[in-house]
Amino acid sequence: MRRLLENRNFLGLAFLLPAGVLLLLFLTYPLGLGVWLGFTDAKIGRSGSWVGLENYIYLFGDAVARLSLFNTIFYTTVASAIKFALGLWLAILLNQNIAFKSFTRAVVLLPFIVPTALSAIAFWWIYDAQFSVVSWTLMKMGWIDRYIDFLGEPWLARMSTIIANIWRGVPFVAICLLAGLQTIPPSLYEAASIDGAKPSQQFWYVTLPLLTPIIAVVMTFSVLFTFTDFQLIYVLTRGGPLNSTHLMATLSFQRAISGGSLGEGAALAISMIPFLLAAILFSYFGLQNRAWQQGGSDK
Amino acid sequence: MSKDEAQDTQGMNYLVSLPRKVVVIYIPLLVFLFVLLFPFYWMVITAFKPDAELLSHSGNPFWLIDPTLAHFKKLLFDTAYPEWMWNTVVVSVVATFFSLFASVLAAYSIERLRFTGSRQVGLSIFLAYLVPPSILFIPLAFMVFKLGLYDTRWALILTYPTFLIPFCTWLLMGYFRSIPYELEECALIDGASRLQILTKIVLPLAVPGLISAGIFAFTLSWNEFIYALTFISSSENKTVPVGVITELVEGDVYHWGALMAGALLGSVPVAIMYSFFVEYYVAGMTGAVKE
Repeated sequence: MRRLLENRNFLGLAFLLPAGVLLLLFLTYPLGLGVWLGFTDAKIGRSGSWVGLENYIYLFGDAVARLSLFNTIFYTTVASAIKFALGLWLAILLNQNIAFKSFTRAVVLLPFIVPTALSAIAFWWIYDAQFSVVSWTLMKMGWIDRYIDFLGEPWLARMSTIIANIWRGVPFVAICLLAGLQTIPPSLYEAASIDGAKPSQQFWYVTLPLLTPIIAVVMTFSVLFTFTDFQLIYVLTRGGPLNSTHLMATLSFQRAISGGSLGEGAALAISMIPFLLAAILFSYFGLQNRAWQQGGSDK
Repeated sequence: MSKDEAQDTQGMNYLVSLPRKVVVIYIPLLVFLFVLLFPFYWMVITAFKPDAELLSHSGNPFWLIDPTLAHFKKLLFDTAYPEWMWNTVVVSVVATFFSLFASVLAAYSIERLRFTGSRQVGLSIFLAYLVPPSILFIPLAFMVFKLGLYDTRWALILTYPTFLIPFCTWLLMGYFRSIPYELEECALIDGASRLQILTKIVLPLAVPGLISAGIFAFTLSWNEFIYALTFISSSENKTVPVGVITELVEGDVYHWGALMAGALLGSVPVAIMYSFFVEYYVAGMTGAVKE
């Protein structure tokens, strides 16, 4: 018995048991089950039978599903790009020698820690067609002559949901990049400025290259979360108007849970995986690149 | 800028003149803060506004003239809100503690016991962290139904660890790595068992990591939405985010005051928790990204 307890492999396995069992049961198995469900015509309360690629073929011919793919890519691209730009800017601002530094940093993160579903309600009210405070302000300033129906028109609704997503995502990007900025030694900037580098050059040739590994990781997470976003859209628009804000996640919820076609919804959810894998691989090879660059060879 | 500032560790910031600093740093920063905080201000203002003021177009919407607690009263006495709150607390606390327990063991095992294949297990834990709930909720709903857990707290307590354990394990692995091997070797020579080493040496040294992981796990489960929306149907079993969204919206009549009061009350616990442990929270978030 005692020998067994000293054996690394036995002990390692025993310690791994609670986490392993739970993850295999509720993560790995459902992942496989999801793939399988995508090939069946399962409905809620009825296990389906194998239908091959029928769900995928149907979805491919379905205008709403194709629109949701477009929306998801558009939403992810625009939101991530802006989140990155604003996040980096905010991180640089927070990295300066400012008053109330730690307090400011703590406050900045608030949008990220509050339940998204609940802060989305605040945005819903801000975007209200009749009582929007944004419309009210713009009216008072005389810039518009009637209230904007933020969530009522396709492109306006797309942009409004993207803005809400950016609001929630910028703090995460900023605080993570700030942690990265703080690891860059000040002496590098001193050396650069002695060599005559302007602030913009310092940014391009010192800050950005040293920050790239962290940027790659942070943006991968950001892209993954944005691509699979559900809460914001569900609360703000439920995919409307005219399905123009449906993301793949919200559409698969609608098809599988509200509509009862588990198979079709699962197929739609599984279709997200190739895109996610592409994003992960892209950043992985980005990181590899960095290690090679730091080896000293020039580009 | 004064001379003493030139001596601090902020590098060459002292070279920036004050007017320039105001324009380049403080004004953009204030704009950022305004935009990031405005929805919260709006939430608070609306929660205390009487309906008459909410629905009037005259007057300044940015201020409230006649604050009222009517929305909170409606929320606490006419809806199942207190029950949602209680469910959220129970589910979050149980899921967090279970995940921490499982993660501590798993992280120690992967990082320190170094069994055959521990590297591969560590990598798969990280990959598990990248699997989003939006992909899993349909098959999980299928399973929850088959297991007879539909519409119970157990459905959430058992599924939340699927995103909590990978995160906590990954974070704790980083913390355990920073604890010197020598301490453990000394204890081993003195005849301590692995379990004793874990509870008496490693865990006390990893307390900051445990707090970080715990806080983060708690807020993640408090904020969870899609599983709670899918697996729970009856009002008294809902969590706060789902309850507010699904039960307070009745047809086309939006009770904005009550909705905002609900959103505010649901956000306050995590905000308080966060304000006490900001440093740990930030360490947890950035630590998980940096590894």
